[in-house]
Amino acid sequence: MKNQSVKKNIDWICIIIYSLLVIMGWLNIYSSSLSSMEETSSKQLVFIILTIPLIFVLLFVDGKVYEKYASVIYIIGLISLAGLFVLGKTIKGQANWYSFGSFGIQPSEFVKSATALALAKYLSDTQINLKNTNRQLQVLSILGLPILLIVFHDPGSALIYCFLIVVLYREGLPAWYIWTGFIAILLFVLTLVLEPEYVILISLLAIIIVYLKSRLADRNIIASSIIFVLISGFVLSVDYVFDNVFKQHHRDRFNILLGKAVDLKGIGYNTNQSEIAIGSGGLFGKGFLEGTQTKGGFVPEQHTDYIFTTVGEEWGFVGSVVVVALFVTLLLRLIYLAERQKTKFSRVYGYCTAAILFIHFFVNIAMVIGIFPTIGVPLPFFSYGGSGLWGFTILLFIFLKMDANKVNEW
Amino acid sequence: MRKLLLPSMIIIAASLLLVRIFYLQVINDTFKLKSENNAIKIQYEYPERGYIYDRNGKLLVANQASYDIMVIPREIKNLDTLELCQLLDVSKEEFLEKIAKAKIYSPRLPSVFLPQLNKNEFAAFQEKIRKFEGFYFQKRSLRDYEVDFGANIFGFITQVNEKTIEKHPYYKSGDLIGKQGVEEYYEDILRGIKGVKYFQKDKYNRLIGSYKEGKYDTIAVQGEDINLTIDAEIQRYGEQLMINKRGGIVAIEPKTGEILALVTAPSYDPGILVGRQRSKNYTLLYHDSIAKPLYDRGLLAEYPPGSPFKILTGLVGLQENVIDEHTTFMCHHGFSYAPGRFMKCHGFGPHQLNNGIYNSCNSYFANVYLRIIGKYRNTPYAVDTWSNHVKSFGLGQFMGYDLPTGRRGNVPTSKLYKKIYPDWSYSGKTIISNSIGQGEVLMTPIQLANMMATVANEGYYYTPHIIKKIKGEQIDPKFKEKHTTTVDKKYFKPVIQGLFDVYNFGTASSLRVDGIDICGKTGTAENFAKIGGKRVQLKDHSIFVAFAPKDNPKIAIAIMVENGGFGATIAGPIASLMIEKYLRKKITRVDLEKRVLGISLRDQYAKLGGMKEASAIESTPKDSIRKYNEVKTTSVKDTTKKTN
Repeated sequence: MKNQSVKKNIDWICIIIYSLLVIMGWLNIYSSSLSSMEETSSKQLVFIILTIPLIFVLLFVDGKVYEKYASVIYIIGLISLAGLFVLGKTIKGQANWYSFGSFGIQPSEFVKSATALALAKYLSDTQINLKNTNRQLQVLSILGLPILLIVFHDPGSALIYCFLIVVLYREGLPAWYIWTGFIAILLFVLTLVLEPEYVILISLLAIIIVYLKSRLADRNIIASSIIFVLISGFVLSVDYVFDNVFKQHHRDRFNILLGKAVDLKGIGYNTNQSEIAIGSGGLFGKGFLEGTQTKGGFVPEQHTDYIFTTVGEEWGFVGSVVVVALFVTLLLRLIYLAERQKTKFSRVYGYCTAAILFIHFFVNIAMVIGIFPTIGVPLPFFSYGGSGLWGFTILLFIFLKMDANKVNEW
Repeated sequence: MRKLLLPSMIIIAASLLLVRIFYLQVINDTFKLKSENNAIKIQYEYPERGYIYDRNGKLLVANQASYDIMVIPREIKNLDTLELCQLLDVSKEEFLEKIAKAKIYSPRLPSVFLPQLNKNEFAAFQEKIRKFEGFYFQKRSLRDYEVDFGANIFGFITQVNEKTIEKHPYYKSGDLIGKQGVEEYYEDILRGIKGVKYFQKDKYNRLIGSYKEGKYDTIAVQGEDINLTIDAEIQRYGEQLMINKRGGIVAIEPKTGEILALVTAPSYDPGILVGRQRSKNYTLLYHDSIAKPLYDRGLLAEYPPGSPFKILTGLVGLQENVIDEHTTFMCHHGFSYAPGRFMKCHGFGPHQLNNGIYNSCNSYFANVYLRIIGKYRNTPYAVDTWSNHVKSFGLGQFMGYDLPTGRRGNVPTSKLYKKIYPDWSYSGKTIISNSIGQGEVLMTPIQLANMMATVANEGYYYTPHIIKKIKGEQIDPKFKEKHTTTVDKKYFKPVIQGLFDVYNFGTASSLRVDGIDICGKTGTAENFAKIGGKRVQLKDHSIFVAFAPKDNPKIAIAIMVENGGFGATIAGPIASLMIEKYLRKKITRVDLEKRVLGISLRDQYAKLGGMKEASAIESTPKDSIRKYNEVKTTSVKDTTKKTN
């Protein structure tokens, strides 16, 4: 009886898009691994088949269980991240794996769901007002803990958690957090492009203009000065951090993106080759299994983080549009579903799902087409990897279960 | 409106991605090219060039296998450097330098270690190639010249330059192409069509299989063999006679227009432009701007033809009816054609057409010319009438033969004289030098030869050509088209008789060959050069034209020897020898042959300067017939191709 209602109420649009993305992902992995690593695509096929029982389990579990045990799941997730420092195995420069014989598991892929659950739980538990500074600190620390634990192994994933601030904003976090974040990113980029002195000068001018334009009563010379000092401090520290704390390969990634350095054989190789692969696809692509760049194995990590290059080369602009459109439809659909949730818990969780999927989707493709620094972030449902696929499947299907349950809740 | 932040971010971000993807895939098309460069390797399969034979089927130019020794630096293992250097005859320093160069190019990819080894050089290495890991060889096909003459006829093979690649996309950098001679003119036929194979490369530039299962691959088409109209025997003989002289010889078969011999001197052994010494030798030839061994004098050298042109003056006079055979003009060691103007002549007494020709009397032909131009009151019209008659012998225009170089020569028209004399103030007397082949008239040796062929034919010629037969193809039909002169057939008889009498009573009476009726005409052309900034008159160019036998002409010939003096001293004897050689295959006038072979004009040419090194390679290969015979018997032919 319960399962019947799930079948009737579940959002089939999301399921269809999910299935399409997984299938298309596999076809592209198949193509990209054909010439060099044929076992890759069969492994991925096993991962995909294993998602079917996983999905049944997720849909079978009572939706209330997730809410009830959200904190426990979150704590287990944190412990699994902390454990990496002791037991983590280093694969491709990132010590974020647990190794079980020939199999490895990447806990960070699952902690995303756990963090989303914890956020939802925290925001739904009490009558929380995010205008309250204490509450703000509490909720930010829910994000901060996994960031602290992961940032050293996998800075790309840390970025994902930062983006959940957008969900908090939806739930009432003051707008200046978003503005501060935005201005910080802007200043960061400007500092790298220009000299720090110029950035400070520009900020000073902007502050003076804002000060003069505001009404006399609103003018606050002390606040303005503090803002200026903060900005200058930030700019100088960005400069310092970039030059002294960042490692050379981090610096290179930014420099190449900003056009300050050209090094097509070294660090710039990835981006250059992925641009060539995508660019050579043209309007309609070279056809399935016909990509010369793909066959030649020119793009490193093509089956994982750079899987979109295969789409671009073999399916062309048309294929790229289809993939982007599928993602956009899925994301907007998730937001629509989240907004219609009856409980705050499932709404926040749904929002987190959309936000996490979106930031992966955007950062991954932006990196592949050369408008974002190289950060190891997979393309959800597409990229090769069991942990990633299962992590995103769990994230999505917990929400779909909640959504299907909403009618006969309480 | 906090709900709208995430959805709007999604839409903005997705649009941003699509714009960038659209730019990469649709607007900017440099990536396609880059992709082809790094993912597809094109490998060409070069067909062998067609062979070149002479008119009698004698093989002149074939191909030889040549071997490039290649190296892949990374794969070198346990190398016995000393042994390798000995086998390939390179010093240790050279070896290290070459390996270092190859490494810089790529440690993984093959580079040429030593190019163009011949069979003998390669044989020793081949036996032990297994010992040298990382080294292997690549076979190429190069020209193999079976003869040491005819360089100007064959031309040579060289790498294509950028300009050619731009104009003809068939050629890719590093391809070979025929330059000069028949190698250039019949390039498309001799070359064949190269085959193409596309391979898929991986990121290490290794080939990982054929691209699209060879859908775009093509098979090479062999070059076709050709037969030239050249007679190898007289070609060789002509070049031999011209040793230590500069100039050109052109012999044509009158009945067909086929070029029997095309000699230029100085020339060079075509074999020196093949193999390891090629670029050094070419540089020498190319930079020798005085002797110009790469300049085909038979086709390119324009001179005032001098006395041989009197033949045309006589023919035009007869055709225009201003004289007949018996019209007589007096000669007083010359002719005073205007007050204070005197044209010198060695003759004396009354001259008719016959003795006018064999005595080469300037006064006689000057008078004929005055009558031709004086026939019409309108001088420009008269000049053009004369000019059209002369042009109908193929002069003053590109002849349309199948060799890549040529000159128009010059036959003046009223248009030219209007430029020189804008006030129309000229008459026959002003331009009287034309009558004896001086003045504005210019001809190349091949035009002179063609003129003689036309006279021999009594009024027609076929465009001279050098192609006899192309395997599996027709030769250009234009070479079968008869060109008829505006001078009627009947007027040729007396002129031919006059040319015959040149050998009986005239300027070439000492050059007779018993049993062969030769008709000929001597000529000399004045020439000047700037030496040390001063205009100096040099010894005249020696010119001779002839055809034989008189009644059934088989060969027409023109000979020009730079600074050879009077026509009968060098050019005339050469004509007699060439004709005898062609018609009889042997020489009876050994005395004459010996004398001509012994003549060296190097002292004359030394005045002009020039390069010593270059003159060494110009002459050495032709110093003896013995060497030629040696080459003929010992050269090993590469017969691998011609089994089909």
